[in-house]
Amino acid sequence: MLEIKNLHVRIDDKKILNGLTLTVKPGEVAAIMGPNGSGKSTLSYVIAGRQDYEVTEGEILLDGVNILELDAHERAAKGLFLAFQYPIEIPGVTTMTFLKASLNAQRKQRGEAELSTPDFMKKVRAAADKLGVPQEMLRRPLNVGFSGGEKKRLEVLQMFLLEPRYGILDETDSGLDIDALRIVSEGVNALRSPTRGFLVITHYQRLLDHIVPDVVHVMSRGQIVKTGGKELALELEKNGYRDYVTEAA
Amino acid sequence: MAAVHETVETVKSVDVDAYKYGFVTDIESEKAPKGLDESTVRYISAKKNEPEWMLEWRLDAFRRWKTMTEPDWSRVHYPKIDYQDLYYYSAPKKMGDGPMTIDDVDPELLRTYEKLGIPLREQEILAGVTTSRVAVDAVFDSVSVATTFKAELNKAGVIFCPISEAVHSHPELVKKYLGSVVPVTDNYFATLNSAVFSDGSFVYVPPGVRCPMELSTYFRINEQNTGQFERTLIIADKGAYVSYLEGCTAPKRDENQLHAAVVELVAHDDAEIKYSTVQNWYPGDSEGRGGIYNFVTKRGDCRGARSKISWTQVETGSAITWKYPSCILRGESSRGEFYSIAISNGRQQVDSGTKMLHLGKNTTSRIISKGIAAGRSDNTYRGQVFAHRKATGARNFTNCDSLLIGNRCGAHTVPYIEARNASSTFEHEATTSKISEDQLFYCMQRGLSAEEATALIVNGFVRDVLQQLPMEFAVEAQKLIAISLEGSVG
Amino acid sequence: MDVSVKNLKTTGETALAALFAPSGAAASKALRQRAFDLFQTMGLPSRRLESWHYTDLKRMLANVAPRAATSAAANVDAEAGACVIRFVDGHCIGHSALPKGVTLRGLSDVLAQGDADTLGALYASVGSEDPVVALNAALADDGVVIDVAAGVTLDAAIILDFVSSDATARSEFMRCLVRVGAGAKLTLVERHVSAQASAQRHLALAVSVGAHASVSHVFEGVADLDVLLASLLVDVAAQGNFQSFALVSGGRLTRRQIWVRAGQATQVGLRGVSLLRGEQHADTTLVIDHVEPNSESRELFKHILDGSATGVFQGKVVVQPNAQKTDGGMKSHALILSDDATMDNKPELEIYADDVVCGHGATVAQLDDDQLFYLMSRGIPKTQAQAMLIEAFALSAVDFVEDEVQREQVMTFVRDWMMARGA
Repeated sequence: MLEIKNLHVRIDDKKILNGLTLTVKPGEVAAIMGPNGSGKSTLSYVIAGRQDYEVTEGEILLDGVNILELDAHERAAKGLFLAFQYPIEIPGVTTMTFLKASLNAQRKQRGEAELSTPDFMKKVRAAADKLGVPQEMLRRPLNVGFSGGEKKRLEVLQMFLLEPRYGILDETDSGLDIDALRIVSEGVNALRSPTRGFLVITHYQRLLDHIVPDVVHVMSRGQIVKTGGKELALELEKNGYRDYVTEAA
Repeated sequence: MAAVHETVETVKSVDVDAYKYGFVTDIESEKAPKGLDESTVRYISAKKNEPEWMLEWRLDAFRRWKTMTEPDWSRVHYPKIDYQDLYYYSAPKKMGDGPMTIDDVDPELLRTYEKLGIPLREQEILAGVTTSRVAVDAVFDSVSVATTFKAELNKAGVIFCPISEAVHSHPELVKKYLGSVVPVTDNYFATLNSAVFSDGSFVYVPPGVRCPMELSTYFRINEQNTGQFERTLIIADKGAYVSYLEGCTAPKRDENQLHAAVVELVAHDDAEIKYSTVQNWYPGDSEGRGGIYNFVTKRGDCRGARSKISWTQVETGSAITWKYPSCILRGESSRGEFYSIAISNGRQQVDSGTKMLHLGKNTTSRIISKGIAAGRSDNTYRGQVFAHRKATGARNFTNCDSLLIGNRCGAHTVPYIEARNASSTFEHEATTSKISEDQLFYCMQRGLSAEEATALIVNGFVRDVLQQLPMEFAVEAQKLIAISLEGSVG
Repeated sequence: MDVSVKNLKTTGETALAALFAPSGAAASKALRQRAFDLFQTMGLPSRRLESWHYTDLKRMLANVAPRAATSAAANVDAEAGACVIRFVDGHCIGHSALPKGVTLRGLSDVLAQGDADTLGALYASVGSEDPVVALNAALADDGVVIDVAAGVTLDAAIILDFVSSDATARSEFMRCLVRVGAGAKLTLVERHVSAQASAQRHLALAVSVGAHASVSHVFEGVADLDVLLASLLVDVAAQGNFQSFALVSGGRLTRRQIWVRAGQATQVGLRGVSLLRGEQHADTTLVIDHVEPNSESRELFKHILDGSATGVFQGKVVVQPNAQKTDGGMKSHALILSDDATMDNKPELEIYADDVVCGHGATVAQLDDDQLFYLMSRGIPKTQAQAMLIEAFALSAVDFVEDEVQREQVMTFVRDWMMARGA
């Protein structure tokens, strides 16, 4: 279980999260919707362990253990995966090198043996085929010169490979055309399982047509202001966030 | 495209003899005896009726200057200056101790400034076509002849007067700030200036005041064999804002003339100073005879947190230019900017650039320099970006582009990029190229002459710097660029 | 104030001047005397000399170590086919079998013979107005002159291997000349790798690249020297190609200075990676002089600075009036890992021809937080993530090393350096 309790976060004296509380159960797909500037991306960064944010109060528990003191790579090894809204370009590091380094670093931290190159290649190839990622792309420097769709597809490929316990998707639908959106969603759906949870952060409801959530949270001004079923997303699409923004103010 | 049209029109209209400000005003003047010794310094100080402390300050500078040697590190070459063969003070005779009102100014002088496009009568300015008003301090050789809009500025609390007047009316401010940015011993020419400076402008903007109009000084060297040593001091107190413009011209003369100015800017917390220069001193003829030696020290001190100093310069004149308007970024999160267009033609030599000295945390700076070399000129950008060990989070972006027109000129880039801590980020890029044949052909195929096409393309090249100038000066600068490039094509 | 220059000499300058004892034919002696006179006039360079603006050799070479005695000749084995010419403590002790088409003479023989062409190439080369190049000309008493015959393609490299016998402080002065005939092809390795070394090494290497010839030069400067002053003086004839890659790490003070005179339609590429830590100071100063039309030059230098190290890069691209259609591009990028490190960058353009495309870029930055976080969010520990990013930073320059063995060696060194940092 991923539990966020009364989380207060600020960056450079600016308060961004104000006592946010949220739970994602294994097997559950939870969606977070909210207007721009409500703190959605901050939440995803804080869960993943980005440093510039100062947590002034509250805790984040993974299976009952507070992970706030852990470095980003330790959280990753414990099964937290963040699919970035804007995946980072790293010139000089080929995608393949990066994938192998990530997978083996996690295995090492968990006390598992590193994968041999043939086994690793087999695994990557399987994931790449499933998501329609050409082999040629994996030989290119990480995310450099990739289109928006290619970058998002690669994020999902990484999720396939790393098999996290909780996947956090930060605006994964942004910058995707219909076809890319379908491919990415299918990838995520294929990963859904009774032991794996997802936190899907999105501004629009259209992603939720493809990845159907079990529960929808509405976020505004750094707090969850409403929780409901998937029909809540449709209502938001129709009426906008206006009610929630003023309510919180 | 109005601006482009304007440029093209100007190119068409200019004579072969391009420097249109080259006339001489026939006016009687009073001069200090030729040469430089302690008595010259005393003469100037006495002429200005200065208090004892000011004279001492000058004499101290003079004594130090005598121990110094002329710098030779820049890429400019000129015959040795005979400092004893110059006049250090020259004033229009009828002026006495400076005019009390505009009506006391010799009509010949007023006509001179009108000819230069600088009306000094406020009613004329008000009646003029331009809607925005600019307060002007007009400096003729060694003295200020008129300062406009003083009363209106006074109402806002802004002090704008000749520095010779400020020594009397605001001695506490002058004492506090003079030499506080450019120390007396800073460099050879600055020290010389400290000893013999004659006039220049003084500006003080009190806390929280946004100066209600553009301030401007117009410098004119008229007299033969006369050096001009003006001194400008601008202080923006906490939260104040001021925009200041400087323009310069001189008559055509066969001899070289020396201009060694010092400009000091001080910006306190949250203050902003915008300093623009359109420098159009006589550049000498196409064979390199005559022209102004422009050896200038300009420096701004961002003393307060979040203060900002922005230098914009359009340099088209002078036989030799040696100037590096700089920013000392002392205050936390302060910002320095330098935007420059330097055009050289004929035998002109330009060695100009800036220094951005990051001393405070999170300070930022930006340098955009456009150098254009034509004829047989040499055009050098020389710039320093430095981040002190304690200047964490310092950032600089520098872009210097050079354009060569013809193959007898030179364009050079000499940046010094010095980082002393792990969190400063510097980015520097520079290019040198020529106007592409494709661009020229495209324009000419549409009916422009080679010269028109060149002016058009050059205007595009310098566009992002021109945009930094106040509107009325931008138009002026644009015309100047076209004129400066006269004769550079074909 | 009539104080003669001699009275102001530093102890370092005086000690160096005392070592001057030219030998050989009259012509050789005259050239070396001229160089010595230049050094005497200029002295050791300090910040006042623009080309030494960031390296005050007057101060950093205050104590001059005694000159090494001669070293005994010894057998030298080839390495994986590459011909090795070995210098121990500043003296050539021998070489492995020379490849076909290659001839070699010792410097003392050349000086004794005094033939004008060779002396010209040795002493009247580009850069001869620099005080350190002049000092080297005056004092270097050992070295080799290598000739590669026209049209010869060497499959394996020639390695100039400079080693120290132990950690005794010694001064070494060597001058070498490599002449590559028209159309010939050669990989030339300049190696300074001894682990135990505290020598003050003065080396000038002149390379003359014939028409249509091609030279790939690799500089490995990872020995723990006290001072390494390595001058590379290159003349590239029409259509010639000269590529150089340098790895600089280790040593208290390293100054590499490179002059390249680029002839018509030549190709020049100078690249390098420096990895500095502790109190190390490494300066790369280069001048590429385009004197004829249609040549192309590329420079790419990556500096990685940790501890209290100082990195210096000064690069000047000169385009002479005649050198129309020159295409020059220079880049210098620094990565600063510690608040006490210093990077000084001075990329210059000096251009007198209008139909050219020239540019330079210089950056100083730190590791990118976003990239670091991205790697860590995938499970990669911080030290490893930093190492990956630094390796990637260095890679774009290392990629230009043509020789696979050399390239892999360089990358291994970069990795090991990073790992040593993490530990």
